[in-house]
Amino acid sequence: MTSQVTPVPLSATRWRAPSARRWRRVQEIGLGYLLLAPALIVLVVFDFFPIFFGAFISTCDWKPAAAIGAETVLERWLGPCVKFVGFDNYVRAFNDPQMWQSLLVTATYALISIPIQLGLALFFAYLLFQNVRGKEIFRVVFFLPYITSSVASAAVWSFLYNPDKGLINNFLITIGVMNPEKVWKWLGEPTGIFTLMARGTGVTLPEWLGGPSLALLAVIFYTTWVFLGYDMTLFLAGLGNIPGELYDAAKVDGASGWKLFRHITFPLLSPTTFFILIITVIGIFKAFNHIYVMTQGGPGNATTTTSIYIFQQLYQYNRYGYSAALSFILFIVILALTIIQNRVAGSRVVYD
Amino acid sequence: MASESSTIPTSVHPSGKQIDWVRALIYVILIVGALASALPFLYMIMTSFKTYGDIINNNFWPWPPFGDEALQWQNYPDAINNVGFDKAWQVPLVVRYFANSIIVTVLGVVGILLTSIFAAYALAQMNLPGKNIIFILILATLMIPPDLTLVPKVVMMFNFGWYNAYPALIIPFLASVFSIFLLRQFFMQIPKDLFDAALIDGAGHLRYLFTIVLPLSKPAVVTTALLNFIWSWDSFKWPLLVTRDSNMRVVAVGLQQFMASEGGTKVQLLMAFATLVVVPVLVFYFITQKYFKEGVITTGIKG
Repeated sequence: MTSQVTPVPLSATRWRAPSARRWRRVQEIGLGYLLLAPALIVLVVFDFFPIFFGAFISTCDWKPAAAIGAETVLERWLGPCVKFVGFDNYVRAFNDPQMWQSLLVTATYALISIPIQLGLALFFAYLLFQNVRGKEIFRVVFFLPYITSSVASAAVWSFLYNPDKGLINNFLITIGVMNPEKVWKWLGEPTGIFTLMARGTGVTLPEWLGGPSLALLAVIFYTTWVFLGYDMTLFLAGLGNIPGELYDAAKVDGASGWKLFRHITFPLLSPTTFFILIITVIGIFKAFNHIYVMTQGGPGNATTTTSIYIFQQLYQYNRYGYSAALSFILFIVILALTIIQNRVAGSRVVYD
Repeated sequence: MASESSTIPTSVHPSGKQIDWVRALIYVILIVGALASALPFLYMIMTSFKTYGDIINNNFWPWPPFGDEALQWQNYPDAINNVGFDKAWQVPLVVRYFANSIIVTVLGVVGILLTSIFAAYALAQMNLPGKNIIFILILATLMIPPDLTLVPKVVMMFNFGWYNAYPALIIPFLASVFSIFLLRQFFMQIPKDLFDAALIDGAGHLRYLFTIVLPLSKPAVVTTALLNFIWSWDSFKWPLLVTRDSNMRVVAVGLQQFMASEGGTKVQLLMAFATLVVVPVLVFYFITQKYFKEGVITTGIKG
């Protein structure tokens, strides 16, 4: 309430003595909204409006405005909806095996990456937390993959994964783990990992036991590599917030090593862990750049996540209405998961 | 380094202390992890100096002392010439990609800073009716997954006439909720008394913002600028969708297109191109890295 406690300058009172204070207040409010306006306009036009416009598009058979020769404003905004189809696009999505497949790939991607990513990040953060010398240097180096252009690093990893010329297979052959006659195709391999391993021993597994495709696993390794340093930095900050006296007290009670970690570090770190879990899930649902660069969703649809599938429907097939409907279905899935996540994991978080 | 001490055969360290094998193991694991983080970049740079023959023959180190080849500096001009030529500006396409990325990034970051600083100041330091509702609305946009608004936004670009032009790459991103949030948190820590004092000296809100609040908030402003710079430089999906002509591409799109068309047979050129994209950001990062750490911890942002 700054305007009430500050003396009004004399010059102002002389001009409009009765309403000077109110006038200043109106000016302040006007300035405040003026300052908020640029950000708000951008958010309303490019975040809120598109939700409603997208809902409209998803109920249409939508042709690009240029394709129908629209000229007036109304023609351009409504004309491309050449036919109102109601919920047809949604019905079509529910009957589309590729949509279900893409959700399955996304779920597999999430269920494998989350434990690996969070587990490794916590492991490395815990190591770095042990008063290691050169801690900052390690942290900076671990953070490198996160900071670099994802398209460039994905291009480099595609080369590392190359079956004949890539560093990974060369290394595995050199140390004698891989048979040079039967190299793994990594990003180009739609077969399940268990099938591949069983093949080495001459066993043929049924398809449902094949496990996640090697291509998807290769994408997951890359994702882990990118986010390890990022998650680790957050875990390190969380570890630093645990009061040292708690450890001292537990040590007096005879706890050590694993017990300290299990009963003090892990529960007290749970807000951090929960937070990292949430942003990791969000990150997985919008994962796009590296998958598109490395595999474009292939081979077949082994790495076609829902995000990739939505993009393909829009970019390659110009199916605006269908793509919009798919994005709403994905949104509902994310919303449901967020609620479940908050109920299940959120209830186990220990705050102080 | 404790890992070096583990090679000493006796179990007693020269200093007389018992060797801590657990600590030695910690260092070994950390060094392996750090190598894994950095190796792809080193390998990218190494490959960018090789011949294609070295790559097919899996020659890891073709230079002295193990080989007798020279560094293939020629790969860099070759890469630039191979990607193509922009007739509009009369420059190689790679130069145009970088120019596009710099235009989009600089205008975008400056714009975001302006809109976010103003909004954050109004939310943190001014007494406005409906302020809390506005703040909740702003935060609510974080719940909107980017895929949800993808299709309508592309249609909007066509209808605004921005498709395949700079406005499509810049204007939709001129507000950043994370930036508003980060700056607001920082501005709120500045005591209100300071404003009252400034007001007595005859300063209004704007002068107070620019002469007192911003200088006090330099770390937060720098962090915001850096994070937005990194994200903007990395943007790929949106530019791919809303540009058609090769001379409107940003570096990320240009790199991906080159990889898709010729990356299989011109690996050394692809790696040279990738190095050109990555190295400026790496240098930038090493100079400014303490701000990144602060930014990540304060906001927990995942790009």
